[in-house]
Amino acid sequence: MTSSDQPVVPVPPAYPMKRVCPVDPPPEYARFRDEQPLVRIRLWDGSEAWLATRYQDVRQILFDPRFSIMPSRPGFPFVSASRASMLKGEKHNFAFMDPPEHTGLRRKLTGMFTVKKVAEMGPAIERIVKDLIDAMEASGPPTDLVAAFALPLPSLVIADLLGVPYEDHSVFQECARQRVDLTVAPEVSLAAGDRIFDYLDGLLRRIEADPGDGSTLLSRLAIEHILPGHLAHEDAVGMARVLLLAGHDTTATQIGAGMLALLQNPRQLQELIADDALIPGAVEEMLRYATIAHHNAPRVATEDVEIGGQTIRAGEGVLASLPAANRDPAAFPDPDRFDVHRRAQHHVAFAFGPHQCLGQALARLELQIAFRGLLKRLPSLRLAVPEDQLRFKHESMTFGVLALPVEW
Amino acid sequence: MSDDVKIRVLVNRDVCVSAGQCTRVAPEVFDQDDEDGLVVVRQEYPGSELATRVEEAVRLCPARAIAMERS
Repeated sequence: MTSSDQPVVPVPPAYPMKRVCPVDPPPEYARFRDEQPLVRIRLWDGSEAWLATRYQDVRQILFDPRFSIMPSRPGFPFVSASRASMLKGEKHNFAFMDPPEHTGLRRKLTGMFTVKKVAEMGPAIERIVKDLIDAMEASGPPTDLVAAFALPLPSLVIADLLGVPYEDHSVFQECARQRVDLTVAPEVSLAAGDRIFDYLDGLLRRIEADPGDGSTLLSRLAIEHILPGHLAHEDAVGMARVLLLAGHDTTATQIGAGMLALLQNPRQLQELIADDALIPGAVEEMLRYATIAHHNAPRVATEDVEIGGQTIRAGEGVLASLPAANRDPAAFPDPDRFDVHRRAQHHVAFAFGPHQCLGQALARLELQIAFRGLLKRLPSLRLAVPEDQLRFKHESMTFGVLALPVEW
Repeated sequence: MSDDVKIRVLVNRDVCVSAGQCTRVAPEVFDQDDEDGLVVVRQEYPGSELATRVEEAVRLCPARAIAMERS
């Protein structure tokens, strides 16, 4: 029993919290935002961290260089045993490095992901979308939109961009899934990363020996950076792995989540079908409303920092919650309403600060072309099962539908 | 905004992270370097009719690498 002169320290709530309505973040987030915008949470191993739920605080944390993204720093918050094992064991992953190392490596890639450079991929993406919809029409309804469209589209695009044979995509697909699955055994997520690393190590060595014309990303990386000695081979393999895996999971999950939001809002779906100029704005709203990276973004303070009136001590971990920020009414009035007319482009679905998504221009273009194609070709698209039968990826780094059975 | 208000665009390429938000919302004013994607200012003194979109670029920039001055 606690004596009266000792304050009772409440046990912090366990993270992750459960979703009640699958398309909305856990209901606790709204209460935290009002009452304790930085709240202590308890992670899977009993360790504690802060959860930030306000838009301004999340942006500030992700921008502030006093927060580190390095998993090797004590206090870095891991959301599962599998993530802890994978991120601690991983080398050569620039996405989990701080400036200035991160800056130097990222800038070797940024020229290949500019708005202009990505726009050049438009015709190729349109062709892939057309082929996938042709195949859906040929096999006829009902079809699982995730398996028939959402998963293969980004896989084909990233394979094309990097210069990786698409025939091997089932390997990448499985490894990508294992790396974001929070329930797999730690050694499985680690092995998945190693398997991709070894594959790309071999592929990149062949490209270095015969780099070609620089028309694919890996060929350009070899010619401009690896062969002249500006980039270590292992760092290049690490980069290729980040890009390949990111290309296999995130956009696919977002297509499924975005389409579900449209199917749940048929009046807005009809508006988009009638006027496809609304699609870019609708894609921004899908990114905001269905923020798939629902356990991002983890950081650890390297010195004491005050955020939203709360001091975060050096060595304490923070989860700057992207889905919570994107439902903050201070930034997005009536935030739980999906509204394609909303001006939502200041969302943090791609995070904020120096680690903001490198591939965001490509993601936007893929999403815009995907929805333009689907709505034009299959305007009567609708769910083929009752909504309450849909199953969701709760135990994954990216939240979305497992399958989306549709008919037209 | 009245026509006699002048705006000036300032960028800090040292902190730019090549996210491309500025190029997306105000392509008349901003571009990205082909080599590394870093911000390039196409018009340091854009017309005041572009002020709203420059302000949006300032707000969206994840590196806070853009500023707008009014005079």
